[in-house]
Amino acid sequence: MNARRTFMKTVAGAAAAVAVSLSLSANAAQGTIKVGVLHSLSGTMAISETTLKDTVLMMIDEQNKKGGVMGMKLEPVVVDPASDWPLFAEKAEQLLVKDKVAVVFGCWTSVSRKSVLPVFEKNNGLLFYPVQYEGEESSKNVFYTGAAPNQQAIPAVDYLMKDVGVKRWVLAGTDYVYPRTTNKILEAYLKSKGVAAADIMINYTPFGHSDWQSIVSDIKKFGSAGKKTAVVSTINGDANVPFYKELGNQKISAEDIPVVAFSVGEEELAGLDTKPLVGHLAAWNYFQSVKSPVNSEWIAKWHAFTKNPKRTFNDPMEATVLGFQLWVKAVEKAKSTDTDKVGAAIIGLETPNLTGIGTAKMLPNHHLTKPVLIGEVRADGQFDTVWKTPNAVPGDAWSDFLPGSKDIEADWVTLKCGNYNTKTKVCSGQNYE
Amino acid sequence: MRLPNFAAILWLALCGAGIASPAATAAQPDTGAGDALAPLVAQLPEADFATKREIVTSLAQIPMPQVRTLLAAFLDGRLQSRDADHHVFIAEEAGGLLALTDAVTGAAAGRESAEGFSRIGTNNQLRKQLRGAIARFDLSSPDAAQRLAAVNEVLRAMDPEIAAVLRERFDAEKDDDVRERMRVAIGLADLSSEDADTRLAAIGALQGSLNADVFNRLTELTASAGDGTPAETDERVRAAAAEALRSIGQWRSVYGMIETLFFGLSLGSVLVLAGVGLAITFGVMGVINMAHGELMMIGAYTVYVVQQLMPQSIGASILVAIPVAFIVAGLVGVAIERGIVRFLYGRPLETLLATFGVSLILQQLARDVFSPNNRPVETPAWLAGSLRLNDVLSITYTRLYIVIFTLVVFAGLLMVLKRTRLGLEVRAVSQNRAMARAMGIRTEWVDALTFGLGSGIAGVAGVALSQLTNVGPNLGQSYIIDSFMVVVFGGVGNLWGTQIGGTSLGVINKLLEPFAGAVLAKILVLVFLILFIQRRPRGLFPQRGRAAEA
Repeated sequence: MNARRTFMKTVAGAAAAVAVSLSLSANAAQGTIKVGVLHSLSGTMAISETTLKDTVLMMIDEQNKKGGVMGMKLEPVVVDPASDWPLFAEKAEQLLVKDKVAVVFGCWTSVSRKSVLPVFEKNNGLLFYPVQYEGEESSKNVFYTGAAPNQQAIPAVDYLMKDVGVKRWVLAGTDYVYPRTTNKILEAYLKSKGVAAADIMINYTPFGHSDWQSIVSDIKKFGSAGKKTAVVSTINGDANVPFYKELGNQKISAEDIPVVAFSVGEEELAGLDTKPLVGHLAAWNYFQSVKSPVNSEWIAKWHAFTKNPKRTFNDPMEATVLGFQLWVKAVEKAKSTDTDKVGAAIIGLETPNLTGIGTAKMLPNHHLTKPVLIGEVRADGQFDTVWKTPNAVPGDAWSDFLPGSKDIEADWVTLKCGNYNTKTKVCSGQNYE
Repeated sequence: MRLPNFAAILWLALCGAGIASPAATAAQPDTGAGDALAPLVAQLPEADFATKREIVTSLAQIPMPQVRTLLAAFLDGRLQSRDADHHVFIAEEAGGLLALTDAVTGAAAGRESAEGFSRIGTNNQLRKQLRGAIARFDLSSPDAAQRLAAVNEVLRAMDPEIAAVLRERFDAEKDDDVRERMRVAIGLADLSSEDADTRLAAIGALQGSLNADVFNRLTELTASAGDGTPAETDERVRAAAAEALRSIGQWRSVYGMIETLFFGLSLGSVLVLAGVGLAITFGVMGVINMAHGELMMIGAYTVYVVQQLMPQSIGASILVAIPVAFIVAGLVGVAIERGIVRFLYGRPLETLLATFGVSLILQQLARDVFSPNNRPVETPAWLAGSLRLNDVLSITYTRLYIVIFTLVVFAGLLMVLKRTRLGLEVRAVSQNRAMARAMGIRTEWVDALTFGLGSGIAGVAGVALSQLTNVGPNLGQSYIIDSFMVVVFGGVGNLWGTQIGGTSLGVINKLLEPFAGAVLAKILVLVFLILFIQRRPRGLFPQRGRAAEA
């Protein structure tokens, strides 16, 4: 009977929410700025994206308490693209054309970003994208506040090579654009460092893969050839749990074959029994466990906003916070919410990174400067930082390790181009692949 | 970090003397070795990881029982330093406070608040080194199991020094298993000996060992450098190594095959477990139940709820969850049948759409009740880890138990259908509804109970899946396709077909995976299935007789 009561409560809650949002839009006065939130609240990606929606709402709430932006209140417009890539484009169109929002915070997977890109370029909208990604893109209308490969993947591999002495590499990923491009970059990088092709094993698995027995057993065999071996994992969300469970069951400890992951953070670990994972690595630009005054302040705000002292704070949330702060600063500097004016004003603006290492500065290629941290998983699901860059690293949109992309440069200040080929001196207007 | 030489000598002497007497050593803490301890420990709070490793190397040379306690605490992350004076303690969490023990003397040092303390961190390399250092102490443990673990541990990183210790201990060792492992370790060290005869003897001793390091070292011995000169100068050794390698290689491929077959069997059991509930609702009743996956999801969430209710006994929680999940999922199944499906009998398309709607509702309900995030389900100790048969073949317990569990569930289901009154009625109704009703069977009740039985089995499958994969709202979706695949392949309406169909699909998938990769293997299996259904539209074991035509 309890289930039914909860169900009734949910229905009542949903109805109330609809009523509130209706009255909100009815009462929306002239003096508000609309902020679009384009994150999946249902479907496979809801697990990761729901918290980012909450983060944007917290930022808006916070800003409105300070009196809004340019004396105007911010008004959130939340839509649910339901982890459905074409629906992302549809919802983006709705936000830009119908709701006329000044800025959109949204997207997680690269395929959703690729799907909304033409919509933002056609309508001259403004998108802040808060997730680490494969690079090879720089759009006039998008600001990338997550890590580019040189701010996550490359430093992680460097750490394993120099500090851990890894000689043999397994590049394991889910079969889609981010892992494929990242692994292409990493393979080229490792080969440039003199790693033989026989010492690199590349493996792709379908989304949500759950039977890891053979692959883990292969990794074990590959790793027992007498050379120190590490796994670089771009395995996506859900498939990680059975992967790490299988590693634990087959007794592969992080001391023998460490796994460094680029998509496993505090939020993902919260849904996991972390004991078998202790010692495995993750590379991010932010860890909740980092001790800094700014960080403690934000975690306290987050806990107060969600009324849950156990909620975790993670890297894409930090990227959302940084992006939001920079947008507010840019609007105040430009004294307008016009896309072109904000886009021009935001370049060069800075805001402190929550880790206290350097500042996040918006570069002419629409990427941020960010520190890189490597952490080992602790039994409580947090990370122990074992290595970090002393300063913030500038994000590079076009990788220097891919033949098709090393001559390309993105600069929206002097070149006014996101894909300028320095050899042919042409702004190709094309993205890689 | 120069270690005092006499400490090393003392250490070797101690090991050589057999089992160290902890009391005797503890009684003389004022020896030179003891004096070396305090300054080393004092450096720990300020050291970076490289310095910590040097400190551990030096600590490992001090033959005092207190050092083992200290290293073990360091490994577990129980070593804390007081921020005020950088004094190092072994700390235990006790009622919000830290119960402190002096790291050097081992004397109790009262309780203090955790506020003013920092944990002395470790990383992977340091933990590996600590395990090795502790193992050196444990080589002289009176407990044979601990000695075995210690030999296995030092095998991970052999050096000449530890080989010398092992050689001295070898003759005194009584336990056969430990001796066997020591023989491998010593043989491995002897392969690097200067003397060709020693190397030859070592190869003889290593004959048949499946240890990965043995394989690698032997491969090195048979390899030749870039200019064609062989790595091993002695011809006899080369020939012996090649011979040993050949036999080891054969065994490795035999065990590799066994492993692949087991992987296939275990994947097959998961498929059978997911499909067998559907074999009843779809196979016996002919209802296309798209919410079948969500019934498994309900079973998996049941494990989570049961674990929340009994956090003290995780081990038993799984066993409790099995009947609870059966009942909960079964009741939801009965509700679906009574509420929706019974109005749609004979209209498969509408049933499909309606149950698909139910599956979406159940998923969203899970999101609202349990949050969209996955829920952590703990694996009990008796399910974790693996059964190690030898150096190359080990079978994970989770998988082993799931294979057994599937067989038990399958046998139980057959019993119910073949030996009980309910089973008789189910078969009667599915064969000829009108006739069954004429015989006085309440067909509506039988329908509800059959649907409930199939749903309950799905719930039980969910309990097993909670140990393998994510417990979240999407759990069902990832298995629904596989479930239908198994039932269609095995032959609709035939439980044995489901069992054999599922197992063979699992084995085929795993046999293909090494050559084709996970993505392609899955595609190939689907293509195979489509072609198979073209040839035999009714599956492996089609139902015969008049009922099949109905």
